[in-house]
Amino acid sequence: MPEPRPPSAVPALSRWRSVWKAFARHRGALLGGITFLFILLAVFIGPLVWTLDPGFADLRARNQGASWAHPFGTDNLGRDTLARVMAGGQISISVGLAAMALSIGLGTLIGVLAGMFGWLDGPLMRLTDLFLSLPLLPLLLVMMLLFNESLSALMGPETGTFVLIVSAIGLTSWMPTARIVRGDVLALKEREFVLAARSMGASPARLITRHILPNVLSPILVSATLGIATAIITESALSFLGFGFPPDFATWGQLLKDATIYLQDYPERVIWPGLAISLTVLSVNYMGDGLRDALDPRARR
Amino acid sequence: MNRLFRLRMFAASLFCTTFLVFAPASAERGKDGQLNLLYWQAPSIMNAYLSGGTKDIEAASLVLEPLARYDETGAMVPWLVDTIPSLENGGVAEDLTSIEWRLSEGLIWSDGTPFTSEDVRFTWQYCTAEGGGCAQVEKYGGIVDIETPDARTVVIRFDGPKPFPYTAFVGAQAPILQKAQFTECLGARAPECTKANFYPIGTGPFVVEDFRPNDVVQFLANPNYRDAAKPAFSKVLMKGGGDAAAAGRAVLETGEFDYAWNLQLAPDVLARMEAVGRGKVVSAFGTVVERLVLNLTDPAKAIGAARSTREHPHPFLTDPAVREALSLAIDRDLLVEIGYGAAGRVTCNVLPAPAIYVSRANEACKMQDIDAAKERLDAAGWLDTNGDGVREKDGVDLRVIFQTSTNAVRQDFQVLIKQWWAEIGVDTQLRNIDASVFFGGDPGNPDTFQKFFADVQMFAGSFDGTDPETYMSSWLCARIPSPENQWQGSNISRFCDAEYDALVRQMRSTAPMNERAALAKAMNDRLVQSFVLLPLVDRGRVSARANSLGGVRINTWDSELWNAADWVRTDAK
Repeated sequence: MPEPRPPSAVPALSRWRSVWKAFARHRGALLGGITFLFILLAVFIGPLVWTLDPGFADLRARNQGASWAHPFGTDNLGRDTLARVMAGGQISISVGLAAMALSIGLGTLIGVLAGMFGWLDGPLMRLTDLFLSLPLLPLLLVMMLLFNESLSALMGPETGTFVLIVSAIGLTSWMPTARIVRGDVLALKEREFVLAARSMGASPARLITRHILPNVLSPILVSATLGIATAIITESALSFLGFGFPPDFATWGQLLKDATIYLQDYPERVIWPGLAISLTVLSVNYMGDGLRDALDPRARR
Repeated sequence: MNRLFRLRMFAASLFCTTFLVFAPASAERGKDGQLNLLYWQAPSIMNAYLSGGTKDIEAASLVLEPLARYDETGAMVPWLVDTIPSLENGGVAEDLTSIEWRLSEGLIWSDGTPFTSEDVRFTWQYCTAEGGGCAQVEKYGGIVDIETPDARTVVIRFDGPKPFPYTAFVGAQAPILQKAQFTECLGARAPECTKANFYPIGTGPFVVEDFRPNDVVQFLANPNYRDAAKPAFSKVLMKGGGDAAAAGRAVLETGEFDYAWNLQLAPDVLARMEAVGRGKVVSAFGTVVERLVLNLTDPAKAIGAARSTREHPHPFLTDPAVREALSLAIDRDLLVEIGYGAAGRVTCNVLPAPAIYVSRANEACKMQDIDAAKERLDAAGWLDTNGDGVREKDGVDLRVIFQTSTNAVRQDFQVLIKQWWAEIGVDTQLRNIDASVFFGGDPGNPDTFQKFFADVQMFAGSFDGTDPETYMSSWLCARIPSPENQWQGSNISRFCDAEYDALVRQMRSTAPMNERAALAKAMNDRLVQSFVLLPLVDRGRVSARANSLGGVRINTWDSELWNAADWVRTDAK
């Protein structure tokens, strides 16, 4: 558990600088951070450099191996695998970030409310238990079946599916965050500086924003990084099962799915998106790991 | 001379001994243990009358049998009768208005009760009952009455001369149901008889032991099967689920299953699997045509219950120019090359076989012509005025939703067709639906191909027999799926044309073969030239069998399991 301290005791700037120092000393975290940054750049800036259309089927160049024209080769319809991996990464990482934001927001809200207000604690934690006990993948599949058509009609197939997948993943992965935050809030609530603030007449809103939230930031940040990884994996699983984006939108899971039947003939088609998923998840996990150590003042000593 | 004679005698005796050695080996019921079938589109019902899906009809064909069926050459073979009635043997009346079937002697149902002409008559009543939504109702078109003078005689009377009277009770799509079991299931109650629909009592070589819809069916050898020595297998496990690739692998590479049905896989993938050497790919060309079906009614969700019904015509697919342009933009040669290889060929007809019925009037579709497609759209006033790459007219954009079942080859086709359509200014949104749902025919599910809540869809269709009369009557106005008939019906395009209906009626009363062929061609041309159906590929049926499974005669004219009673385990590795 992090050592809470009054916000004014140490200047904010120096606090973050020391966190960064600790983070940079964690070799895995640093490597993870660099890798993740590299993947982000490759996926979002890469298409500006590598301008082939990921959806264009060049029928004269089907099933090609690696070459200068197609560094990752082409698939059975002549689509450039490099372009598709980059386009897939944009969707997969965007889904990961957005779903993480949603689940962290929801988890923090519920955790703080449950920790701060005793009368809400029971109902909210039972709700958390309820969500934790739901079988997630079947639930996600049902959500896809039920809402995909109406959302696609409302917002177009891409945005509709994006919103649906993000909310589906977000709504089913906030529980661990809520539990961690609630635990920390319960402990913080009894600390002297919170009691002091309360006795000086601070409103609950001010207590939360000024005194509680800054002190539960570190577990939130850590579960946020881990949440990205989970969200990317879940999206890939959904696409792999054919319930994600429409078949012509490349996502990493979709690329894997398309490539499985060619696993023996063209293993590289599975390797590239698979590697992208693994590297992203691994680097994000290492970052989370490093962040947790860096934010924990006792571990830093 | 003498030596030659002796040599012949020796050869003959050798032949006889070989024969004798092998013959008794296959003469005992149930000696070969369990037969494992993999139908990756899992059966959802065991009643061929309540499903248009091939998978359900094939599963049911192990249990339910027709009076006669087709062999692998397309010839009719007597099944529950001893001879096929004909004009020559007096079974068909001179004026062609009736046919008399004489059932084989001593037939019994799997529950031990006698199989009688009453059951045959009841089957007709079942399928033609008001509100029953029988999927095979066109098989029984034109029948006014069925008489049963005695327990073994069935006389079918038609409303006029019926030149091809072999549609009712012939082929896997028109098997006989047991009257005692289904008597409470007439009309609208048909889908509610779950027990009967899942565990039908039949005359076939197997009986259902356990049925789990969309998952697995277990069969046992029918203890009352008419041939005491058959079937050679005591159990059949019909497993569903997975996809074509997994199914092919299970038979050809790992040997977990004996037979896998419908391996719609890219040609190179299939060839590599076969090279492992555990099984053989079996294929045959028949009448299977992979086609695009265009929806002539409006599938917009906003319409609610009346979507995809004739109350609301489609905003732009009702324009023939749009439909023709969509067809012109497609390169069918390339589709065959990518998707099927040797197991497919380009076709421009929905009726691709037998040879005498094949129209030569539509060959133009074999050539892709993007420019001509653009001209058609320009001429009809569909122009891209706002520069977004999609043509529009009167505020209606040419945007289509294109759905099909989940299958790697079909998804590849979707991507290619989307690209070609984008070139002519038509925007396409792709959807794919799990095959068991898409072809499941469940009236409660919005994603079935009969409901067709999309603008374009792709699937394969075929007919079982050698006479196309029934198949061609699939596109009668009366066969349009709608809420009134529980969305059962074969006219998926919602094509309704009085002249087409007249051709169907005319064919019902035309006897000479060449005139029937001319009519069939005329109907095919009407459908294809109005571009409500865009034929793409004439598909061979491709399945796989393990090397150790003998007796398989893949049949495109009937169920692939039509002779399952003769299947045996062989020693081949």
